[in-house]
Amino acid sequence: MTAAATTHDEYHDHGPAKGFMRWIVTTNHKDIGTLYLVFALVMFFVGGIMAMVIRMELFEPGMQFVDPQFFNSMTTMHALVMVFGAVMPAFAGLANWMIPMMIGAPDMALPRLNNMSFWVLVFAVLLLASTLFMEGGAPAAGWTLYPPLVLQGGNNLPFAVFSVHLLGVSSILASINIIVTILNMRAPGMTMMKMPLFCWTWLITAFLLIAVLPVFAAAVTMLLTDAHFGTSFFDAAGGGDPVLYQHLFWFFGHPEVYIIVLPAFGVVSTVIPTFSRKPLFGYSSMVYATASIAFLSMIVWAHHQFTVGMPLAGELYFMYATMLIAVPTGVKVLNWTATMWKGSLTFETPMLFAVAFVVLFTFGGFTGVMLSLAPADFQYHDSYFVVAHFHYTLVVGGTFPVFAAVYYWLPKWTGHMYNEKLGQLHFWLTLFSFNLTFLVQHFLGLAGMPRRIPDYAIQFADFNMISSIGAFILGASQLLFLYIVVQTIRGGEKATDEVWEDAAKHGLEWTLPSPPPYHTFATAPEIK
Amino acid sequence: MKKTKPLLTALAMLVLGMSAAQAEYALNLPTGVTQISREVYDLHMTVIWICVGIGVVVFGAMFYSIYHHRKSRGAVAAQFHESTKVEIVWTVIPFIILISMAIPATKAMIDMDDTSNADLSIKVTGYQWKWRYEYLDEGIDFMSNLDPLSNAARQKGSTIKPERVLHYLRNVDRPLVVPVNKKIRFLFTAADVIHSWWVPELGWKKDTIPGFITEAWTKIEKPGVYRGQCAELCGKDHGFMPIVVVAKTEEEYAQWVAEQKGEAAAKVEAAGKTWTQDDLIATGEKVYNSNCASCHQANGEGVPGTFPAIAGSPVVTGPIERHIEVVLKGGGSMMPPFADTLDAVDLAAVISFQRNAFGNNIGDAVQPSDIRSRLASSR
Repeated sequence: MTAAATTHDEYHDHGPAKGFMRWIVTTNHKDIGTLYLVFALVMFFVGGIMAMVIRMELFEPGMQFVDPQFFNSMTTMHALVMVFGAVMPAFAGLANWMIPMMIGAPDMALPRLNNMSFWVLVFAVLLLASTLFMEGGAPAAGWTLYPPLVLQGGNNLPFAVFSVHLLGVSSILASINIIVTILNMRAPGMTMMKMPLFCWTWLITAFLLIAVLPVFAAAVTMLLTDAHFGTSFFDAAGGGDPVLYQHLFWFFGHPEVYIIVLPAFGVVSTVIPTFSRKPLFGYSSMVYATASIAFLSMIVWAHHQFTVGMPLAGELYFMYATMLIAVPTGVKVLNWTATMWKGSLTFETPMLFAVAFVVLFTFGGFTGVMLSLAPADFQYHDSYFVVAHFHYTLVVGGTFPVFAAVYYWLPKWTGHMYNEKLGQLHFWLTLFSFNLTFLVQHFLGLAGMPRRIPDYAIQFADFNMISSIGAFILGASQLLFLYIVVQTIRGGEKATDEVWEDAAKHGLEWTLPSPPPYHTFATAPEIK
Repeated sequence: MKKTKPLLTALAMLVLGMSAAQAEYALNLPTGVTQISREVYDLHMTVIWICVGIGVVVFGAMFYSIYHHRKSRGAVAAQFHESTKVEIVWTVIPFIILISMAIPATKAMIDMDDTSNADLSIKVTGYQWKWRYEYLDEGIDFMSNLDPLSNAARQKGSTIKPERVLHYLRNVDRPLVVPVNKKIRFLFTAADVIHSWWVPELGWKKDTIPGFITEAWTKIEKPGVYRGQCAELCGKDHGFMPIVVVAKTEEEYAQWVAEQKGEAAAKVEAAGKTWTQDDLIATGEKVYNSNCASCHQANGEGVPGTFPAIAGSPVVTGPIERHIEVVLKGGGSMMPPFADTLDAVDLAAVISFQRNAFGNNIGDAVQPSDIRSRLASSR
């Protein structure tokens, strides 16, 4: 199994290609990891600017800055850019950097495929972004691209569809690479049940991606043929059904939530033990819980559509199945709490983000249980309550663990310690402004404010203003993150190999120098 | 200490919200005015309190650990890392809690689903961006648009302050009028894209899907005015298609029905008489502003690349036959057919207006009676 890795006697260490071409042609997992992370950060700011436009328009009642159509493009593109451009690539970047170092492999199993996954992603996102400059504007039917509305989009529809196809290709290739790497490239003695949990969560996520992305690709292709080739998959006049699209979309869309959040669970399960100075509590139940969540995520999709007029049996089935997800998720939260219990805790920036993730994600889980109750969902659905809920799960799930991971491994990657004071300031600003932005949105939704509206009734004015102020602080705080990262790359206090106290107990990567050489584990380490 | 921040933030927001609540700002679901809305409210509150309970236990343990098990307080890490007994316990307990939530939820869902034995049926059709209400038993049929004052105030650069508009964006030109204490069955559909009909005081929303009928029911217990709006993104003016339900006592409702029938008769008569061109144009301007201006703009210039201009339009300034056809049957991928949604007078008026406004000085007009005979022959 690891014969290839151990027989590299004639191995010559060579550095990266010189100059700019290094980044175009690289097949090195660390370089590609960096590319993914930098791309994710850029897209995080692009999607963030869109969020700023949305919150600016919603700052007070009346239309001040943008037209309703452009507002709809902003909500649509904000979601697509954040999900496909920022969060997923960020986790792919972490996977590229860390999985080989965690399992003692010299690189990813399929390095050229790895390069291709990244560059396909870049062009996919550029294709999508190009619609912003088209006559008629970018897609404005929501990131869910529901027909018949999305079919009114004109020229932007084919661009969005082809972009989704390419995003799918990129993610599937990356998933194949991760699966092959984890199954074949582990160092001798690194059994499956000894792998760091981050590898486990990514392995399961990769299978999930391969299972659901083709369905999404098929659904958008059907949109394309409905719009341009005379089919009527989603048009009742031709025997189709608009709701069919929703079933197909959410068969992908709900697992997508876990595609984002499972690797986040992996990061948090790595960070919390290190700063608790204890092993992770219930490792095997964490693995089983991750697998159960992945399975359940594929059989609950229609809870996004309780109001489309499903038969009673359908409503009840999807309600019960959805409620079940609370069980394995609860196990995870309790295991993290038990990991901290009787530990010897310190709160450096990665730990702060990890603990905030556990608290806020659990809060998002509570509103998730509320939303799972079909009759109550008839009130919550498509209101700001839902917006608040999914930002508590996806912003907290998609960015807090990435911040935790970056602060945790940045000293390893660069060989420099980041500025701890600034890191903690970044954390507190983010935590405060995040809650200021999204907590009040629960109240707005319960009071009757629908989502995706560019203007609102007067009774919603105060909370919207608070939310907008929170969003502006949240946006500005991320510039501090950019500053900290750039500062750390450029220099700073020299990091030790272990970086964190006794970190070597918590992963192979801490046995390597900081920064690690261009090629690591050319000879596989022996795991006891 | 460090992790109390989100909690403090939450508390501060709650206090802030409570004081705001006195100034008519709602923080929570309304209890509503139907049996269903109360069932949903009770379910909602039950689950909130269960979650608060779980939160207190789990976060309590976590915060205890964060405070007492800090390295700075001299805590030494224990090395335990599993306990099958404990893990089984905290898998089973959530199961039991979930079952306790599922029971009332199932009951409410079954009640909500039962649309049988209705006293009257109303068909609701979603259009971009207005609602149509058809009383299937009474033969009453009308459109409900955003009220003109809100519509003027919501335009970009409008000088009317939203704060000065009563029920800004939550008011309509013609509300849905229903009797109290009668079981009303709603049949929902849509003409173009998916919409969703939501009045929080009734306790639910329902999607309206083109080509399909979805059902829901209500039995309002208290006379009053209940407001809501479209909840499913339906395009540009999704935020501007409110819903107003006026619930009246049975006698008042009967009176209202009689008035509507009288008005309908008057409309038929109006469509039969011959109108002067000035009257047509004056009426047409109002029809234009509430039906055409959201795309073709109040100044008739349209939006380049998306919505064609009326000013100097080849259709409007060309032969009237073609102009009438486009208005009645729709055109392009966006323009809906107006034959179903406007009556003969409004159609004749708006066509006449367009041909004589925005610098289109064609000088001709079409009579409501012409439109009516054309509509009759096309059906």
